Amino acid sequence: MTDRREMLQRCASVATMLMAAGLLPATARAQAAAAFNSAAFEAKNMADVMKALGASAPAPSSDVSVHGPDIAENGAVVPLGAACTLPGVKRLLLLVEKNPNTLSAMFELSEAVEPNIATRVKMGQSSNVFAVAMLADGRVLFAQKEIKVTLGGCGG
Amino acid sequence: MPDPMRIRAQAAGDKTTVRVLMAHEMETGLRKDASGKLVPAWYIQHVSAKLNGKVVMSAQWGPSVAKNPFTQFVVHGAKPGDKVSITWIDNRNETRTDEATVS
Repeated sequence: MTDRREMLQRCASVATMLMAAGLLPATARAQAAAAFNSAAFEAKNMADVMKALGASAPAPSSDVSVHGPDIAENGAVVPLGAACTLPGVKRLLLLVEKNPNTLSAMFELSEAVEPNIATRVKMGQSSNVFAVAMLADGRVLFAQKEIKVTLGGCGG
Repeated sequence: MPDPMRIRAQAAGDKTTVRVLMAHEMETGLRKDASGKLVPAWYIQHVSAKLNGKVVMSAQWGPSVAKNPFTQFVVHGAKPGDKVSITWIDNRNETRTDEATVS
């Protein structure tokens, strides 16, 4: 009797595993795999990120701004924001120059959303951070800011 | 099932500020645990925001977004009572969707 019970249980667990792996997330996985730009997120510097995204080299601009603290006491949580005053922004990128992978986040904006986003990133060490705005007319603009990271909790 | 997100959407005139706090480990894949083994990467790759069922913002994130990610954006044309829904998908294909009402 125990054997049969075990067998039944095993059958049931295999069935649930198949369900979990095969049926429901299949569409989500396909979409994610198709859309996630791993080349851009694995790039080591800004030029490679731009190449992976098929964009031209960014030009410095005062219309783009990057917000963040001058000194971040905890590199694990650094609030960063990117904004652009020009209309027609398609994408906003946040990059941290000295992280293992430069690109942190890429936001794709519709016309209903203001080109002004904020999030929090991790920073391994003091570094320049960049906000890059990609406009509908093909222009690529950036702003940069230096953020010092105090590790070890000494508080500077 | 992952923990729920906390979403606030506050309208001020035409502009609605949406703030989202997600519950996620956001492992980079570079950190080692106590025994010296690498902790495998586990992070949110996709985020999309819908206003009344229409996608207004989508994002791709790398592992360098902070743990329990916060994000904020401003959307035009939302009225109190409208629905804002946020969906994320991580690199293990776990996903979660939560909805909030504009106030």
